[in-house]
Amino acid sequence: MGQVIVRDYDIPADDFLSAGEASSAVRNLLIQLGVAPDRIKRTAIAMYEAEINAVIHGHGGKAHVEIKSDRITIVISDEGPGIEDLELAMQEGYSTAPDSIREMGFGAGMGLPNMKKNADELVIDTAKGKGTVVTITVYL
Amino acid sequence: MKISEIATLLNAELYTVNHDDTADIKSACSADLMSDVMAFSKENALLLTGLVNPQVIRTAEMMDMKAIIFVRGKKPLQSMIELAEEKKIALMSTEYPLFEASGRLYMSGIRGNGY
Repeated sequence: MGQVIVRDYDIPADDFLSAGEASSAVRNLLIQLGVAPDRIKRTAIAMYEAEINAVIHGHGGKAHVEIKSDRITIVISDEGPGIEDLELAMQEGYSTAPDSIREMGFGAGMGLPNMKKNADELVIDTAKGKGTVVTITVYL
Repeated sequence: MKISEIATLLNAELYTVNHDDTADIKSACSADLMSDVMAFSKENALLLTGLVNPQVIRTAEMMDMKAIIFVRGKKPLQSMIELAEEKKIALMSTEYPLFEASGRLYMSGIRGNGY
């Protein structure tokens, strides 16, 4: 892996069937590249939670992925309502998701904590009314 | 245990063909919240759940799981079966409730690594 591998994906809004497609594609790519299984799982979980969040809260968005020899960086951006209180949102169990999302098995307030747990670096750039950009870095 | 042996034990209907029946399943987790599966479950090959939607299969994929059992007689939708075939994940449905299905597996030697 001398060069940088770059991939871009669209995350469609309100499409619960295809939500996770981008994370699945990245996971398969990492398997093909022979990345260590524990690194793949961490990346897959963190990206999948971010992708689900973009579908649930962000009206869909985009995923930009860069794989280098020593790290994978995933940028998930949406133009949704933004996160009003990020500190609160980082707490396990805190959620603003509606019941319809809870019925789908998400919205239990574990998404952001799960991302933090699995990423080596997690940067969240958000403001109310301005959307959210989540940058996940996992060291390979 | 093999997937086919688990299906027999739980009197479960098996919906997929493109899964790995040589896999030796030793551990499982039972949950309806998929974020909890990702937060608390460790190396588990089998997921038991009462939740029926495509994200259950996505979650199993991200967690490297081999099989999903829907409890309380819940059945997967055709779109979910197709997704599972693509991911080589087995889908089963049992009439047993979550507690009893989990208990029967535990009695047969299956253990859990978180949830």
